[in-house]
Amino acid sequence: MFARGLKSLSIASVVLIVGAFALVFFYAPNDADQGFVQKIFYLHVPLAIVALCGFVAGGVFGIQFLRTGDRSHDLRSYVAIHISLILAVGALITGSIWAKASWGHWWVWDEPTLVSFLIVFLLYACYQPLRFAIEDPGRQARTAAVFSITAGAFVPLNFLAVRLAESFTHPRVLSATGGSMPGEMRLTFLVSLAGMAVMFVTLWKYELTSKQASMRLRALKRRLADEDDRWVPAGRSAAPQEL
Amino acid sequence: MPALPLDDAGPYVAAAYLVFLALILIYVAIMASKLVRIARDLDEVAELIERRDETRSGAADESAEQPVPR
Amino acid sequence: MAAVVRKDVLVELRTGEMVPAMLLFSVSTFVLFHFALDRRSVEGDLAAGVLWVTLLFAAVLGIVRLFVAEREQGGFDGFLLAPVDRTALFVAKATVLFCFLAAVELAAIPAFAILLLGPSPWDALPELLVVLVLADLGVAVVGTLVGALGVQTRTRELIVPILALPLMIPLVIAAARATSPLLVEGATGGIEGRWLLVLGLYDLVFGLLAFAVFDFLLED
Repeated sequence: MFARGLKSLSIASVVLIVGAFALVFFYAPNDADQGFVQKIFYLHVPLAIVALCGFVAGGVFGIQFLRTGDRSHDLRSYVAIHISLILAVGALITGSIWAKASWGHWWVWDEPTLVSFLIVFLLYACYQPLRFAIEDPGRQARTAAVFSITAGAFVPLNFLAVRLAESFTHPRVLSATGGSMPGEMRLTFLVSLAGMAVMFVTLWKYELTSKQASMRLRALKRRLADEDDRWVPAGRSAAPQEL
Repeated sequence: MPALPLDDAGPYVAAAYLVFLALILIYVAIMASKLVRIARDLDEVAELIERRDETRSGAADESAEQPVPR
Repeated sequence: MAAVVRKDVLVELRTGEMVPAMLLFSVSTFVLFHFALDRRSVEGDLAAGVLWVTLLFAAVLGIVRLFVAEREQGGFDGFLLAPVDRTALFVAKATVLFCFLAAVELAAIPAFAILLLGPSPWDALPELLVVLVLADLGVAVVGTLVGALGVQTRTRELIVPILALPLMIPLVIAAARATSPLLVEGATGGIEGRWLLVLGLYDLVFGLLAFAVFDFLLED
């Protein structure tokens, strides 16, 4: 079910990401203000944007699950949030490295987007513990869906609040360039963003397919073991176990 | 904000891109271990089917061949 | 819905389980801040921060317990059997939480004024009340939602705080920023409308969200 298009997506990811990195180092000009350090921007910002979109997508799948009761939406939601969390860690670490290189500190409170992102990350880090703490699969799925919708709605609200809080006292530190972005930079950024987005979808489908395969195998084992009575039920898990 | 000269800036940029690479490869490693488990489960299923076929053919000679679940 | 509110308030009045504990916690936290910050009095930004962090943590204490009685004594089932809209339970619980918070603040803020606050809060009291009401509304809404999420889990004392704190950060930002000019010597009494707007938006968004989504938490 999930594997359709996986091969072409993975090829597209390779092309786009390698292409993007090539553009970053061979094509995009050095920033006037920040110099070479600015190259981190092409990694950090796409990671952050795709992670946030992934979180919101998790909420959308949550809505779908609650509306239709189809467990595959719960699985889609879980995997989307799971992968976005990994990307979010990447965005935070690269953001921190960028802050250290530009500003000398590993963390800056002045940059509202970075701070908002940290808050969103802290929130979504609770997703798996929450799921794990509920044993009944149906209730686990429903509670997780409610959480994903709440957290998804929280993302824009949070960015608004933090921006309001910080922007009036501190100027933006980690902006892409001093003024507007020249054409070469914009192209590189867009390719990078596209590559990150396609990579996300690839990894998402990859994990969905893998999970579905192991679910099917487990169901097979159960059917076959009925006669032998050797089947051992799966232990507690944060991930959806059945479709 | 003074621009760092290339010597100083290089390690930071490299570190950032390496973090990205590390995350991707760690993910690949986790997926690989899941694939290993799938392969092992597949072996178990194949073995269970073999055993069932043997008991079936042993128990009743004329029993129709059950279609193997796909 | 009124029945649920009445029941909870009566239980609280009789057993005094939650509000005194929340109040005690708040006062202890003020004392803790005195020692941790090594200051005799706070004002302005610092005062607003201390006040809101304390209130938030006290609220979290209450949220953990909010649905426990329903869960353990089968109140959920009773409610589901009644021919009543399920979101009424949400409104009832949120109202109860709001009342408890108001009760705690009724005593905690004077305590704060006595123990730690430098300037007198009387001058800006009406504005302070406005901020308190708006913020308490937000805490009540989000708190009830998180409480309902948490009561399903086995580790709710852990899950509720880690869920509630990030969700309430925009609320704390707006409330603290709005309160800090009020807690200054000779407060002229003008709140920045911007923060009230953010509080209102927060309350609205989460209120609507909780309304839409609460049903699904009760299904079983």
